[in-house]
Amino acid sequence: MARVKLWGSLSRMADGQKEFEIDAPNIDRMLTALGEAAPKLKPILAKGVTVSIDGTLYRLDKFQAIQPDSEVYILPRMAGG
Amino acid sequence: MSQVHVTTKINGDTTEYLCDAEETLLDVLRDRLQMTGSKEGCGTGDCGACTVIMDGRPVCSCLVLGAEAEGRSVETIEGMAKGEELHPLQRHFLNGAALQCGICTPGILVAAKALLAQNANPTETEIRYWLAGNLCRCTGYDKIIRAVQSAAAEMRGESHAA
Amino acid sequence: MPLDRDPADRDYKVVGHRHNRPDGIDKVTGRAKFGADMAAPGLLHGKILRSPHAHARIKSIDVSKALALEGVKAIVTAADFPDNPAVLEDGELTNIRYNVMAREKALYDGHAVAAVAASNPRIAAKALKLIEVDYEVLPHVVDVELAMKDDAPILHDHIRTEGVEDAPDRPTNIAERIELGYGDVEAGFAEADVVIERQFRTGAAHQGYIEPHACLANISGDGSGDLWCCTQGQFMVRDVCAQLNGMDVSKLRVTPSEIGGGFGGKTTVFIEPVAVALSRKAGKPVKIVMNRGEVFRATGPTASSAIWVKMGCKKDGTITAAQAEFKYQGGAFPGSPVSMGAMTAFACYQPKTLKAIGWDVVTNRPKQAAYRAPGAPMAAFAVESIVEELAHTIGMDPVDFRLKNAATSGSKSSYGPTYSDIGLVETLEAVKAHPNYAIKLGPNQGRGVASGFWFNFGGQTAVTLNLNIDGTVALSVGTPDIGGSRASMCAMAAEELGIPYHHVQTIIADTGSLGFNDVTDGSRVTFASGLATIEAARNAVKVLCQRAAKIWGIPADAVTWENGCAVPAGPNAGEFPPMTIKELAKQAGATGGPIAGHFEVSADGAGPSFATHLVDAEVDRETGRITILRYLIVQDAGKAVSPAYVEGQMQGGAVQGIGWALNEEYIYNDKGVMENPGFLDYRVPVASDLPMIDTQIVEVPNPGHPYGVRGVGETSIVPPLGAVANAVAAAVGARPEELPMSPPRLLKLMKEQAQPLAAE
Repeated sequence: MARVKLWGSLSRMADGQKEFEIDAPNIDRMLTALGEAAPKLKPILAKGVTVSIDGTLYRLDKFQAIQPDSEVYILPRMAGG
Repeated sequence: MSQVHVTTKINGDTTEYLCDAEETLLDVLRDRLQMTGSKEGCGTGDCGACTVIMDGRPVCSCLVLGAEAEGRSVETIEGMAKGEELHPLQRHFLNGAALQCGICTPGILVAAKALLAQNANPTETEIRYWLAGNLCRCTGYDKIIRAVQSAAAEMRGESHAA
Repeated sequence: MPLDRDPADRDYKVVGHRHNRPDGIDKVTGRAKFGADMAAPGLLHGKILRSPHAHARIKSIDVSKALALEGVKAIVTAADFPDNPAVLEDGELTNIRYNVMAREKALYDGHAVAAVAASNPRIAAKALKLIEVDYEVLPHVVDVELAMKDDAPILHDHIRTEGVEDAPDRPTNIAERIELGYGDVEAGFAEADVVIERQFRTGAAHQGYIEPHACLANISGDGSGDLWCCTQGQFMVRDVCAQLNGMDVSKLRVTPSEIGGGFGGKTTVFIEPVAVALSRKAGKPVKIVMNRGEVFRATGPTASSAIWVKMGCKKDGTITAAQAEFKYQGGAFPGSPVSMGAMTAFACYQPKTLKAIGWDVVTNRPKQAAYRAPGAPMAAFAVESIVEELAHTIGMDPVDFRLKNAATSGSKSSYGPTYSDIGLVETLEAVKAHPNYAIKLGPNQGRGVASGFWFNFGGQTAVTLNLNIDGTVALSVGTPDIGGSRASMCAMAAEELGIPYHHVQTIIADTGSLGFNDVTDGSRVTFASGLATIEAARNAVKVLCQRAAKIWGIPADAVTWENGCAVPAGPNAGEFPPMTIKELAKQAGATGGPIAGHFEVSADGAGPSFATHLVDAEVDRETGRITILRYLIVQDAGKAVSPAYVEGQMQGGAVQGIGWALNEEYIYNDKGVMENPGFLDYRVPVASDLPMIDTQIVEVPNPGHPYGVRGVGETSIVPPLGAVANAVAAAVGARPEELPMSPPRLLKLMKEQAQPLAAE
């Protein structure tokens, strides 16, 4: 079960819960499971988020593998200049 | 409104053109003569991207009327290299990474050429003040100043070609 | 794409050496074609009518007199960009449509209202004056804090604050509230021996690229056509222009010109969809070139900000608590980079507790666009000012203070995730060891330090590499080259193929010739296009080995690639002399057809870059003028592929930051009209303002790239605001809280606050 942590503001949409234990093989499945666990998050997740797995930021790739012991963060959408 | 007929010398060649009375030399060069090496960054003489040499003096061609070139001699970036052979300033800019996006480069090269024509051995401060009218947003000027210094040294015969 | 192996063991033959860039000759001779340098037979010239009001309802637009003028061929208004599903389903696309052509209201001074295409620019200018717009002028707001007030003029009726529970259901200018943090900051402050808090403000700075936006659209009668423009992303331009104009994406081909600077400001569209609409309506090619005033008034500067920071530390330097509130106005539409500001603000440090709140606010200013490390420099200014002050207060060397709290490889970042290999400590140690740090200062002089962080991004990337008949290589990438990236691509392809640098020619492909690429942003090009180039070259090498195997009659896996030649993999493979890439290229047709390699990827793992800047400044107490005496940048580049251009990115970013710190800002009058829309009054640094900018590249390899490359373009603008402010604070004995530190502000600061400097 990977520990999925929500970036600051997002936990408000999960009734204050900051961390979820989710068993999912990749980002796509993890986001689906997270949306089911905290339905208010769904629109934000649909708009797009950045996912950090063990320190690497993934803005696009939804099928990046998540290991059971991975550190996963859900961060806001990001863009550079 | 009838157009003005102008006869002038551009990069050593006698050139004739017709232009509107209010048309700038920069617009004539770019739009009528297809010499697009001179760039328009502001149109108000603040950025120097359109610098050309007119009768030996660097000017912002966006502040000169096309009609004012009558009987003058104009040097642009297109006339700086002789055939395949680059001017030392061009070569040192290239070798010294003194350009990034390259939009200010023609104006800076022309302005620097005018500087070295009247001062073969400028100090760093003299180069910085001479080029203060040529904006560069990419480089922070460091490599530009160094390239002018090394080109000047080569032109004085003090160092080998870059 | 993981790091190949320990880069220290790797002997690079091409990468990391200094080469002339392939596009260099054209750029020093005036041959390079930028946005405004293209022409077409029968060309029309487009010009845009802009709102003179900061906020006004558009009651009617009458174009009849303008249309009647001889030489006017087409006029477009918002009505020419009708609703279609692609636009309505995408909130940001809806905002872009509103931004490129005002609809019900003009939302800022300079907002486009109508556009004309005429047979020459002078007729187009005359036609603009004949367009009659009936405006109802509305109250306006340009200040971030005023815009947040309950009684502020409201820009958009539909905005409700996101991220706030139980928000009242009425229109507001506050688009979003964000929050992040960990631990109990109150307990953190209670543990601190010293607590400092201040309120800061920063002005809106423009990217200030010297090339104004320019494009040439040529749309045929069948609704398909071409667009030439200066942009950071031709694929983005294609997709947005096609969707706003209701065209199939396949019908528009966009060719990127050379680009005269972008810095984030050319990651969106302004005039391009308008040129497409005009060209379609007129049935002729239409060129639009902005003037400098339009660039300032109607394209995107970055956000202005009001930032409150409070930090506490123990006497030994440990930061026990960090708290901040960030208010960013991003112009007339939501989307200021406030979340990036909040996330990057403390990313250099490991405060024990943290709480940050951010507000994204709309005002009657142009829609902000990305600007180099969007959101980060102003946040770093505020935080680095307090960090420096804490260090001085507890009597600790400011570099040692930063080292004591520095983020390290494997430490948890202040925004959440754990850092992989990072190089902040290395930059701090290099600054401390640098001779500049030991130079003795004179009267009215001060020294400032600041560190900075930027995430760096990857993104969608496609690269194709084709082998030519003579063994040279044509490389197509889809990311516009802003600062010499073609040279890096040539170097990486040459390195992989084992051929000389000048045997590779890199072109920036149009949208019809290559797969989709995200815009050149997020410092991603050398990382992502570089990574794809390496993989494309490796794919080509596989084909080359197969062809040699075919010729030799041995299995493909018995052939390996060394120094630009196919060679038998071992003694069992048979004895064959090495076969050069040239020989294989010549026989390509006979051995199976053209030899190529390509690679497509959503690149991730860009790896953050940290920098530390050291600046000495001198203050003229009579005039308030600040002179930068010395400037040192130390930055982690992971692996510098083209060291000269890495230095150039570092120097350029630092000088943009110096401009932001000292002079640059949008100034509005009481009508909400920008008063300084030109380079004379919006003063970017000129050559005589500056000293040489010293650089030192640190290389801590990025584990996410085969060579260890990190993006370098953006981090360099993060530290300068704080570094310069810290130097000025040391020189005058008072802390600047508002940027830019223009002479009037500095004189006021010295008059009100300056104390004789304590002997340090």
